[in-house]
Amino acid sequence: MKAGIVVFPGSNCDWDTYHALRSCGIESVFLWHKERNLNGCDLVILPGGFSYGDYLRSGVLASFSPIMNSVKEFAEKGGLILGICNGFQILLESGILPGAMLRNKGLRFICKFVNIRVENNSTPFTKNLKKGDVLKIPIAHMDGNYYLPPSELEKLKKNGNIVFRYCNEKGEINDEANPNGSMENIAGIVNERGNVLGMMPHPERASFSILGSEDGRKIFKSCIDYLRER
Amino acid sequence: MIEKEILEIHNLTEEEYKRIVELIGREPNYVELGMFSVMWSEHCSYKSSKVHLKKLPTKGEGVIQGPGENAGIIDIGDGLAIVFKIESHNHPSFIEPYQGAATGVGGIVRDIFTMGARPIALLDSLRFGPLEEPANRLLMDGVVSGIAGYGNSIGVPTVGGETYFHPCYSKNPLVNVFCLGIAKKEKIFYGKASGEGNPVFYVGAKTGRDGIHGATMASAEFSEDSEKKRPNVQVGDPFKEKLLIEACLEVMDKDLIVGIQDMGAAGLTSSSSETASRGGTGIYLNLDLVPLREEGMSPYEILLSESQERMLIIGKKGKEREIEEVFRKWDLECCIIGEVRDDGFLTATFKGEEVCKVPVKALTSLAPVYRRPYKRRKSPPHINPEKVPVPSDLNDIFVKILSSPNISYKGWIFTQYDHMVQTNTVLLPGADASVLWIKENGKGIAITLDGNSNFCYLDPREGAKIMVAESLRNISCVGARPLGATNCLNFGNPEKEEIMWEFKEVVEGMAEACEFFKIPITGGNVSFYNETSGKGIYPTPVFGLVGIIEKIEKVLNPSFKREGSLIALCGKFKNEIGGSEYLRILLGENFGPCPEIDLSAEWNLHKFMIEAIENSLLLSAHDISDGGLAVCLSECAFLGGLGFDVEIERFGDERLDFVLFGESPTRIVISFSEENRKRIEDLAKKWNLDLSIIGRVGGERLIIRKHGKENININLSEGERIWRKSIEEKMKVI
Repeated sequence: MKAGIVVFPGSNCDWDTYHALRSCGIESVFLWHKERNLNGCDLVILPGGFSYGDYLRSGVLASFSPIMNSVKEFAEKGGLILGICNGFQILLESGILPGAMLRNKGLRFICKFVNIRVENNSTPFTKNLKKGDVLKIPIAHMDGNYYLPPSELEKLKKNGNIVFRYCNEKGEINDEANPNGSMENIAGIVNERGNVLGMMPHPERASFSILGSEDGRKIFKSCIDYLRER
Repeated sequence: MIEKEILEIHNLTEEEYKRIVELIGREPNYVELGMFSVMWSEHCSYKSSKVHLKKLPTKGEGVIQGPGENAGIIDIGDGLAIVFKIESHNHPSFIEPYQGAATGVGGIVRDIFTMGARPIALLDSLRFGPLEEPANRLLMDGVVSGIAGYGNSIGVPTVGGETYFHPCYSKNPLVNVFCLGIAKKEKIFYGKASGEGNPVFYVGAKTGRDGIHGATMASAEFSEDSEKKRPNVQVGDPFKEKLLIEACLEVMDKDLIVGIQDMGAAGLTSSSSETASRGGTGIYLNLDLVPLREEGMSPYEILLSESQERMLIIGKKGKEREIEEVFRKWDLECCIIGEVRDDGFLTATFKGEEVCKVPVKALTSLAPVYRRPYKRRKSPPHINPEKVPVPSDLNDIFVKILSSPNISYKGWIFTQYDHMVQTNTVLLPGADASVLWIKENGKGIAITLDGNSNFCYLDPREGAKIMVAESLRNISCVGARPLGATNCLNFGNPEKEEIMWEFKEVVEGMAEACEFFKIPITGGNVSFYNETSGKGIYPTPVFGLVGIIEKIEKVLNPSFKREGSLIALCGKFKNEIGGSEYLRILLGENFGPCPEIDLSAEWNLHKFMIEAIENSLLLSAHDISDGGLAVCLSECAFLGGLGFDVEIERFGDERLDFVLFGESPTRIVISFSEENRKRIEDLAKKWNLDLSIIGRVGGERLIIRKHGKENININLSEGERIWRKSIEEKMKVI
């Protein structure tokens, strides 16, 4: 079993993701954005960072990288893809996931620990979790204010494609717990097939007890167990 | 003889011009004059500070590189070394806060990775005027956004720092940026041009007309029309910097180069002359080959441009193609613009003509050195403690102190910085020191930036000693031993005798404390001329201390953790109130005298803390500094979500307000479980330390009593709200 971490120019959570995956017992390789080969990876991760400096619009330039063609094909074939933060933005810009990111409601970059609630535990990424579980995971972004036209949002909800929502420590969803103005407090979504997850919080930053939380490991472990049992 | 106006434009004196003529044996041409102007500017040459900086201790166990290079280097064992330095970007940040601060980050980060180190942490020391003035809010907003915009993008976490407000920084904001990186010991690189015939590469962004004479601007006072200097501020491109970090570390890892230096202040001129000077060689540059952003640039502009994100690399002969391949992979501009020569000259040609030929030593080590005259200034007024009115309601003044931006929570600032990227940030901003996890060996690096300009204003020498001691105390609180330090010395105009005296006093005080604690200073930065329209800043040295924690699991933070645990004050109570936030709030002025410091007591406190933390005896530790004991206790409570009940009886008949709000150094508040009481008391005896158990952690109130009377009693969450929201509220309208 092998994970591939895509490196775009400006990616900066590539090594963080590598260390987290490694500590969860899965080896990973780096996939260069100019390549087209996914090297037989079972899990592809688009890591956080500032691909192309977030110039023009976060994630948009990276979505035109050669490797994204292969990532799209992989998604269509049912391959597991996890986009974290900037990776989520790239998935949106390349149309693999629906919706768009607006600037945070406060118009400022926000870096802090937040709580997210598991809304759907039937995905490969959340299979080890329970619905309603609260995870403490940090966010760090300028554009995390998720938007979708109301009709599509209804569809997203109906299909159970909302995976994580920002909440307070008790798991309550309210405006106070919403750091960026995201619709419905959305922090993470999957595609209809359930094999592609995009999330704004950084699970790799919550993967070691010394850093204040290990809740992020639960997401990586779910993926690994899913792939093992497959 | 040259015209006076031309010398004035170049900020050179007639004596300096004479020296240039002497050194090169003829009159310089216009290009050469420009080069001397920047290289001999205060900013690049340290001509006023050099004689004093020599007094600082620079050697010590583990020091691999002291001052004189891009950054200092210290061995941390296991084949690893840390590389760190602090630098000021005060003048550009005043003119254009966003870009000024952003390029400050870019510059210091380049200083670190050029030595072969991956940058892992940034910290900032910021000073602004009071936030009540809209101009200061605008400045702070711009500076913080600039640091965030650049640091976040390049993936280097901004893990801590400090921010203070005082009227002397209105129109003279200070932006000091610190960076630390980790290198493999056998892969350290220097800014040295060696090996005749080795190719000189130009890498990174194209050269434009931005920033010409930026270093000269930073070496003069500002006047009311400083707005006009805006074109002298450079514009940063963090994306390019991120690519440069990766590409440069790759060519170093592959052993393709012999030397490398950032084109910072004074651009191509400084990077080429300094690398040649350190290598004892010369350099030839063909300016026709320099990638230009705009047409029609003159050799003068090319040599003096301070465009950002550019590096000068001395490659290994025969490895040219491999070097080019790496930079092509990262989509960066890379070309050969010259070669190393053994003639000791910096020579440049443009369109086939020689435009300059000067000995590199004349530009660098032979720059003038000044022993500027100094004169002791009058001490600021001291207040007779008995004359300080006793406030009728301590609760009331306590709340005012909690909401002072100097004391209150700095979350508005640091949540805008990505402080967690690279997943090494063990202590979040707000602790006594930042702590980074070294994954390779399970150790921790502790970093603190400290400056107390109120004390330095009252007594520059004592203030500087207190600053060093506070840094030591900050890393003591997290369980770290000191390794080495860097400093950033921000002062007014050194041509004024009283400013020069302040500078001399601060350096000597710092030297004394560093000698005592055996802390080597491995480099730093001096920023003079922090004056606008003749009004200068308080003497503001900033000290960046780095320490090591042997086992990262042992790290301690300031938050209260357990209901019922004991609270103790380590250190002596002294009847000192001078220089405190309390007096400034109560009387509106910074009255002396400056508190006194006993360096040996500070060292004992450090030893006590290290032993207590290594033996896991403590639950929390927090240093008493700004705002005094009451603020210290409250911060432990707010961070831990637990109140306290404290009784002050033990200090006899001293005034309670002085006990609560005095800012005497060498004191730490600890909390611990009852079962460790005996061992902690014994340890305190061993280190000859006063230890007073003053109360217990718990409940939902902050209570301070004397003789049973509750002099302070406020609700924990109410106090926390005031403390957390103060800056945020003020910054709502910018």
